[in-house]
Amino acid sequence: MKPKMLTAILVGGAIMLGLGAGASAQTPEVKIGFLAPRSGIFTQLGTDMVDGFQMYLDEHKGMLGGAKVKFIVEDDQGKPDVDVTKAKKLILQDKVDMLVGAVLASSAYALAPVSTAEKMLYIGTVSTADDLAQRQISKYPYLVLSGWVPSQPNHPLGQWACDQGYKKIVAISADYAFGYEQMGGFQQTFEDCGGKIIQKIWVPLGTKDFGPYIPSMKADADAIFTMMVGPMSLQFPKQFRASGNKKPIVGGGTSYDEFALPFMGDEVIGDVSALQYSAAIETPENEAFVKNYRAKYGKVPSYYSESNYAAAKWIDLTLAKHGGKYPGPIEFINTMKTIKINAPRGPVSLDPETKSPIQNIYIKKVEKKKMFGYGKDELWNTVIKTYPAVSQFWTYDKAKFLAQPVYSRDFPPCKYCE
Amino acid sequence: MSAQFWIIQTFNGISYGALLFLVGSGLSLIFGVMRIVNLSHGAYFLWGGYIALSIIQATGSWALSLPLAALAVAAIGIAMERLFLRSDGFENIRSAVISLGLGVLIALATTAVWARILPSGWSAFVLVTAVASVAVFLLLRRISIVPIETDVLRQVLLTVGFAYLFQQAALDIWGGNNMDINPPAALTQSVAVGGVYLPLYRVFMIGIALVIGVGLWLAMEKTRMGAAVRATVDDAQMARGVGINTNQVSMFIFALGAFLAALGGVIGGAFLGVYPGLDFEMLPLAFAVVIIGGMGSLGGAAIGALAVGLADNFGKALFPEVSYFTLYAPMVLILAIKPTGLFGRE
Amino acid sequence: MMSQTIKIVVVVLALVAFVIIVPTSGSFVVLLATRAMAFAILAMSVDILLGFTGLSSLGQAAYFGVGAYLTAVLATKFHFGLGWDFWLVVVLGMLIGAALAAVFGLFAIRAGGVYFLMITLALGQCVWGLAYRWNSVTGGDNGINLSGRPSFGLDLSNEVTFFYLVFGFFAASMALMYVLIRSPFGRSLVGIRERELRMQILGYNTWLHKYIAFIIAGAFGGLSGVLWAQTNGHVSPETLVLTTSVDALLMVVLGGAGTLIGAVIGAAIVFGMREYLSTLVPWWQYALGAVYVLTILYLPSGLMGVPARIRQARANTAAQNVVEANKELATKT
Repeated sequence: MKPKMLTAILVGGAIMLGLGAGASAQTPEVKIGFLAPRSGIFTQLGTDMVDGFQMYLDEHKGMLGGAKVKFIVEDDQGKPDVDVTKAKKLILQDKVDMLVGAVLASSAYALAPVSTAEKMLYIGTVSTADDLAQRQISKYPYLVLSGWVPSQPNHPLGQWACDQGYKKIVAISADYAFGYEQMGGFQQTFEDCGGKIIQKIWVPLGTKDFGPYIPSMKADADAIFTMMVGPMSLQFPKQFRASGNKKPIVGGGTSYDEFALPFMGDEVIGDVSALQYSAAIETPENEAFVKNYRAKYGKVPSYYSESNYAAAKWIDLTLAKHGGKYPGPIEFINTMKTIKINAPRGPVSLDPETKSPIQNIYIKKVEKKKMFGYGKDELWNTVIKTYPAVSQFWTYDKAKFLAQPVYSRDFPPCKYCE
Repeated sequence: MSAQFWIIQTFNGISYGALLFLVGSGLSLIFGVMRIVNLSHGAYFLWGGYIALSIIQATGSWALSLPLAALAVAAIGIAMERLFLRSDGFENIRSAVISLGLGVLIALATTAVWARILPSGWSAFVLVTAVASVAVFLLLRRISIVPIETDVLRQVLLTVGFAYLFQQAALDIWGGNNMDINPPAALTQSVAVGGVYLPLYRVFMIGIALVIGVGLWLAMEKTRMGAAVRATVDDAQMARGVGINTNQVSMFIFALGAFLAALGGVIGGAFLGVYPGLDFEMLPLAFAVVIIGGMGSLGGAAIGALAVGLADNFGKALFPEVSYFTLYAPMVLILAIKPTGLFGRE
Repeated sequence: MMSQTIKIVVVVLALVAFVIIVPTSGSFVVLLATRAMAFAILAMSVDILLGFTGLSSLGQAAYFGVGAYLTAVLATKFHFGLGWDFWLVVVLGMLIGAALAAVFGLFAIRAGGVYFLMITLALGQCVWGLAYRWNSVTGGDNGINLSGRPSFGLDLSNEVTFFYLVFGFFAASMALMYVLIRSPFGRSLVGIRERELRMQILGYNTWLHKYIAFIIAGAFGGLSGVLWAQTNGHVSPETLVLTTSVDALLMVVLGGAGTLIGAVIGAAIVFGMREYLSTLVPWWQYALGAVYVLTILYLPSGLMGVPARIRQARANTAAQNVVEANKELATKT
């Protein structure tokens, strides 16, 4: 390189550095590393997540709590291995202040140890697992699950199903931790109320042909519990109804979320599911959120969008208490615990001991109707019952609940299966 | 377990096998004629589904989307075969296509690196692309291409490269939503036969596989083209010797294979959905069909598809913990005993 | 042509430079380099098969997978391999890779050419199927999280320390494989690749040679799996999908089959695209696809063969010039 050019570059670099330093003296900056699938089967979930967070940022001109936000999105391809690599890239190379995002429960399990080892705040907005907020909580001091805990909506759902008079239920669920925990939550409250799960079917994650499983389902059930994700959500109800089965379906939240709903056929009308969010919640906050989101991105927000929009708000309010200066993970979490946010999904606060949200759980039923002034008939998740301020422990005693093992493939045991 | 259980499971296995036949038969024919192991076959399947969705969106006709999507993918298949899988002919078009692709990549890279310096907007991007493409084109003219007709490994890797390109392009064109093809309402009903509900769509899948299968068989047995294909499968050199234009045969077969895979994608789209990643999920299954049945044999593909459909179905229903093992282990055994598959010829 | 000694010196110098520079260039680079080296061992094992024996395996991810799962299962279910016994896990990982290859080889070696590709594909899918569905052992789709790296005097949770350890394994593997291919056994492998029939006539048991090479490659595959599990801290069926095997093959073809060092260069490039380029640009997969296509169409003997190719091209034009000059001379006189 010629000496002249070198000098020019050095001088230029120095000027840019100076400018940078000047800017940061005025407004503090916070770097947020965001993990979301941008390729592969979960791409659209990732898009919803990023859009939700970005929308809040845009509404606040890229500032959260008085800090200028540097928002760095990394593609995790929806794979836990990649999550670990990308998280380390964000931490080691980009020097982010916090990690947000990821989708799968297995990603949460993979990222939690990284947060501990690197002393890095990790806010799981979508990716979540029961034990991370329960028995393993002490191992992960830098982890917050701001979105939900998998069994959380399913405890009320089990109660609700029992209240409908269902006595026997056949459960079919995706075969991985997230499925075990949702089905476990449902089974526990349903059976405590006197119902019986008479069969559990575990289908591999990603199953589209339910041909082998539907005929195996016992005929004497009053209803079916399903827990599906991604493309599975689309195919199961279709094939189930085509097999001639007319039994009512109650489902884990992801089986009917707004991500899948627009692509579903009319056969899902009347199916019931439970989650902490429905785009059809009739509050002014949610109506505004749905309308703005749809105007901006051309689709109805899903819980993936909402939970990240809400997380951005939470970060906003927390940073504001520190004058926009990121205070370090522990301090940040402590402040976060004191803040109750008013999200589109309703009021959300953090259980101070388990750093998991306390929030409304909505029992929702798929209906075809017009909402919020949109002209066309569409499928919406109409809220038919709200359980307010539900904690992950439902009505159970915390100590007793934690004394039992985490929900798994074999727990609660299927007492009424033959 | 009741008789009903076995009947429905068998029916389900057969209908799944029908779908697999569409994917597998194309792969098998391509292999038989050209000895090419085509790993972009899954991408053809996926693209069939996506193109059908676009056609349905534009015209509202599901029936129209079936042939159109399949023909569109067949055209892609022909282009791939003519330009990349054989080294003679079309040198300039091939170099032009590669140059343009690389030009776009270089432009993408330049805009990513010098985002601040370069003026934003399409004009700068197009300019960089054009300059880079011309430069690459001139360079490529000086480099001779590696003939890969006899190199199995290179063919495999080349088709993998295309599979990656197709996958990313599909994501960029159609987005990442998990979509679903909705067939006419008449096909979403089910019929009750002796207390057993049979979804009509599955019946339709079996029907169309039968029609296609019989049609293919007749074409192979009764037409001149079919005779030429069979001769090429048996011994390509000999076929050339007796004046068969094997070059033309292989182009025809590649197009047919892509056509069948895409048809499978449209039909399967209503049954499996259409979403990113479906391509690499279907690929090993298509291979299972071909491997069991024997490469290059139509009848073998039918038997293989049926075997895989049933093995997959019963494996999942009866031995869930080892369900994929029950699918691939028989494949290994068959190959170990008869490397050319059940009905394959050396 | 460079003499063999000079080549070795160059490689050793490059490795020394690598091991000095990388730890100073930021923790993320260290991490990437560590992962790339673990994977490069797999790529070199593929080269033993492809480059020296002429066998192209589409199932090499299987050995990688069993090594990784062995490490993860031992660590999480039996708390084994977290201290000095880590070295035992390394040995076990190689043994299980070799054992699996010994079984698979019985099925696969008999087949030739494209049928070998197919049967190794099927074998690889068998192992993937087990990892994916055999929940009670593998955790199914959840995979297995390792709780931390082993520590025995050396604390391997330190990325730089771990980098040195993996580098040690990497360099040792490379040296071992180099010795292997230069041995009489290695030379007969090359002989089989070139002319199997001739070797048979000369009295070589070619099946046995190939079988042993297959087992050795399996052992190194297992080793790279053990290291991968420890580097990653997480093992899932995703580790042993078909594309892992295909990527490993491409690495060898891209770098240049039959050179060992080519496999390493190929691993660095493909890995760099998957893990580094993907953090920079969203269109990295186009670039990866382009590398596949360009390698196949324009690099007959990989990157390692490029200098020779350029030399040859120059020699050709030079020769042509002479011919033309002669012609001109002939027409003048």
